Amino acid sequence: MTARACIRTAPATPCAPWPRHVLSPEGWAEMATALAASPALELRALWADTTDVFALLHDGEAGDFLFASVPVESGLYAALSPARPGAAWFERMIRDLWGHTAADGLDQRPWLDHGHWTATPPLAARPLPNLAAPEPMEFLPSEGTDLHQIAVGPVHAGIIEPGHFRFTVSGETVVRLEVRLGYLHKGTLGLLRQKSPRVAARFAARLSGDSTVAHATAFAHAAEAACDTPAPPRAAALRAVMGEMERIANHLGDIGAIVNDASFPLLQSRFVWQREAMLRTAYAAFGHRLMMDVVIPGGVATDLLAGGYAAIIAALDAIDAELPSLMDLYDTTASLVDRMQTTGILDPALAARFAPGGFIGRASGHIFDARRNPGIAPYDQLDVQAPALEAGDVDARVRIRAAEIIESTRLLRLILAELPDSPLSTSLPQITAEGIGWAEGFRGDIWHWLRLEGGLITQAFLCDPSWRQWPLLEAAVKGNIVADFPLCNKSFNCSYSGVDL
Amino acid sequence: MAWRALWHALRAGPATVELPPADEDEVATLAARLKAASVRKLGRSLAIRMVDSGSCNGCELELQMLGSIVYDLERAGLSFVASPRHADVLLVTGPVTRNMQDALLRTWQATPDPKWVIAIGDCAIDGGVFKGSPAILGGIDAALPVDLVIRGCPPTPAMILSGLCALLEANTDPSTRHLPR
Repeated sequence: MTARACIRTAPATPCAPWPRHVLSPEGWAEMATALAASPALELRALWADTTDVFALLHDGEAGDFLFASVPVESGLYAALSPARPGAAWFERMIRDLWGHTAADGLDQRPWLDHGHWTATPPLAARPLPNLAAPEPMEFLPSEGTDLHQIAVGPVHAGIIEPGHFRFTVSGETVVRLEVRLGYLHKGTLGLLRQKSPRVAARFAARLSGDSTVAHATAFAHAAEAACDTPAPPRAAALRAVMGEMERIANHLGDIGAIVNDASFPLLQSRFVWQREAMLRTAYAAFGHRLMMDVVIPGGVATDLLAGGYAAIIAALDAIDAELPSLMDLYDTTASLVDRMQTTGILDPALAARFAPGGFIGRASGHIFDARRNPGIAPYDQLDVQAPALEAGDVDARVRIRAAEIIESTRLLRLILAELPDSPLSTSLPQITAEGIGWAEGFRGDIWHWLRLEGGLITQAFLCDPSWRQWPLLEAAVKGNIVADFPLCNKSFNCSYSGVDL
Repeated sequence: MAWRALWHALRAGPATVELPPADEDEVATLAARLKAASVRKLGRSLAIRMVDSGSCNGCELELQMLGSIVYDLERAGLSFVASPRHADVLLVTGPVTRNMQDALLRTWQATPDPKWVIAIGDCAIDGGVFKGSPAILGGIDAALPVDLVIRGCPPTPAMILSGLCALLEANTDPSTRHLPR
């Protein structure tokens, strides 16, 4: 049986918008093996609760989505990582948080659990006191002559999030990079439990501060899907407005940071100025520079403030006026472009296996955009353009981001021109149900899953696209010189907090 | 072409905002605290080492803006440094996660005396929304002595700049107190 058939023939239990197919442990194992022969089936998220393991897959050929789960038996379930190496980080996280072990998983080392928690696994039905002393992380070996290691972090030299990078280098060239994260683990998933979606939305909004609108939107969408109560049209439109503003601000800041890492502050200062202008616009339009806590389950907390419309249009005009000349300056500065091109190449074949989504995928020829498929209001009316390149280097990621800024300004003008009139929010019924929500953040597709019982969250998972993107950074850095790592890293800009949960 | 960006900058004038006035009460409180601790004066220049001990990245985004042309931290005598060994001030964001406690403490130990710790953002003050999570210890004061707090989720660059200027003022001999404009 194909992997698709394994899932589709299994009995389904209700979940909105896709029914959850409950596979037997044997059926799941067969599916896990069959995945190797179905390269079009992309793993978008893998997570667990106290009794089951869940997988969300996208069929790149049929264009639809498959949601599968399997009950865990004696603490084990069949690993997906042999056929989908991108599942390895998820499997390590599942063991650390819920205690379920992926049988035959590629990597059984701990991930989020650094040995400092007082009770483990923290999300299991009955966590046990942790009495063992923390053990140092075991890094993957590199074989060869004249190799040495460079250890960086968790506290970095710049103003960025903490994480440990272990480089194995030969002279100047990186032979292997291994990333160790988990330092920012705040127990977010546990904090969601026994709270209503309205109360819990504050945690979703703080999973990754740079994507607060996108995560809050996916979270709200999941709660609304479970309750079969869509947000009013004006709320959906305002969410899209904030989402596109967030995308523009992040891309502007990141392009500035990338060119700054290549020592070109002239361009950086202009990009960062435009970012600041966008943040001030967000404050003028929604009362908060990052637009935190404006998106709530059921709708939005505030309407566009007085003067907000004009402020956004003015900011878009300023970007449309200046961005072409900034990209022209980028293009005509040979010493800059020389640093960008052929640096940090993500092989399109590898991108296809990990399905990273976002600009990372699109710069390596792999197009996925949650605004187009599965789609979300009001984008279904807008014909969202997702440009793609094949080169997969830092330069391609810069160009895709610049193109996305232009596309976002176009979308913003369209959405703002026809803001529907409706209430801002609706109350959600207190029911027992399950739902999946999504959003296209600036990094890529975000997936949230919620199980509600009597209106309260009992189980949840919030999936940032960085889960599938970090391992690709490790691959893209290989063969580059150490001095180019900041360029590669900034061009990916994966979230630390978003995957540390 | 570069001339276009340069011309634009010349025509538009500086994008840099004025330094905010330091809050008098804050300056007085800080000055009293520094005096009580008999801390040696460091003059009008402070080197800052930023540590994220569990933040969502929101505070970092705003802190990054301080170094931009818009807020231009360095004109006030404040600069971000790459190593705690070069720092006078540790600027800490986020609740202290159990997984970051060790790294935070080591960073603090690596910072030479006299040193100050500033807790930035609501999470750093008492854990913020994450208060009560078994994965965190609490606010920064659960791990380190804190000298100054700057509220907000996240605080805006202007708020952070104002707090830092207060520390600078408090650290200066009252007879020569003045801030560059």
